[in-house]
Amino acid sequence: MTEAEKSREVKKQEAGGSVATERTRTGRIYMPNVDISEDRDKLALYADLPGVGDEDVSVTLENDVLTIEAKVSPVEIGDHRLSYAEYGVGDYFRSFTITEPIDRDRIEAKMKDGVLRIVLPKKEEAKPKQIKIQAE
Amino acid sequence: MARIGRISWNWDPIQEMERLERDWNDFFSGLGRPSAVKYPPINVFTGEDDVVVISEMPGVNPEDVDLTIIGDVLTLKGTRRRQELGEGQAWHRRERGHGDFYRTIQLPYNVESSKVEANYSKGILKITLPRAEADKARKISVKTA
Repeated sequence: MTEAEKSREVKKQEAGGSVATERTRTGRIYMPNVDISEDRDKLALYADLPGVGDEDVSVTLENDVLTIEAKVSPVEIGDHRLSYAEYGVGDYFRSFTITEPIDRDRIEAKMKDGVLRIVLPKKEEAKPKQIKIQAE
Repeated sequence: MARIGRISWNWDPIQEMERLERDWNDFFSGLGRPSAVKYPPINVFTGEDDVVVISEMPGVNPEDVDLTIIGDVLTLKGTRRRQELGEGQAWHRRERGHGDFYRTIQLPYNVESSKVEANYSKGILKITLPRAEADKARKISVKTA
């Protein structure tokens, strides 16, 4: 598969997960920006979640859908009044369909400086194998 | 070659409309109007005796950020390092920006630069800028002639 085909595939599957269900908590919800990379052994995902601590983020993988949900606790500003705004503050939600078979027991997720890093190791059977060509 | 294919597959009419809207806003925005392209985005909170500037900049090393204050102008300068690819890795998506940034922010009053405090936590930079003593509001009584 070329890179172009891959990105089209991911895009197509995106809408269902994030649009189909409604949340119980009201308030603004933002879709975090992500970087996703792949190599032989794993997928790695980085998501920008400013304002989110390690305790406030949940990552689940169910039926091949990876879901990221995070709660934001707004910065304490006392009795100051907002005089200029360029961004809104709210929770985060985004989900992806993962087509590669993932080894669920070895998934790792870590928060640092408002960035979530998830490593999804591929199952042994999904790793590409080099096939030797024999000369006749 | 691959690049042309990629752009056409990724073309998204909604995203394109948002981009047009953003350009439109930039074209018409004067000073002080929010624009979607500025990085890092800031929110400014004002109190009687200080201004608090809060900025979302996840994944930035605080050592890569420089703050300077001259009078009532705050300058925010820094770098957001790019996520490097390891051996044999390929990108599926790249939405998180990277690179150098530089912003100047006009504050509502002169600040006491020696008392400015900046704190970086959970990807958010909070800068507290106390108002300069000489600049604080004073009551002036009007004399009659």
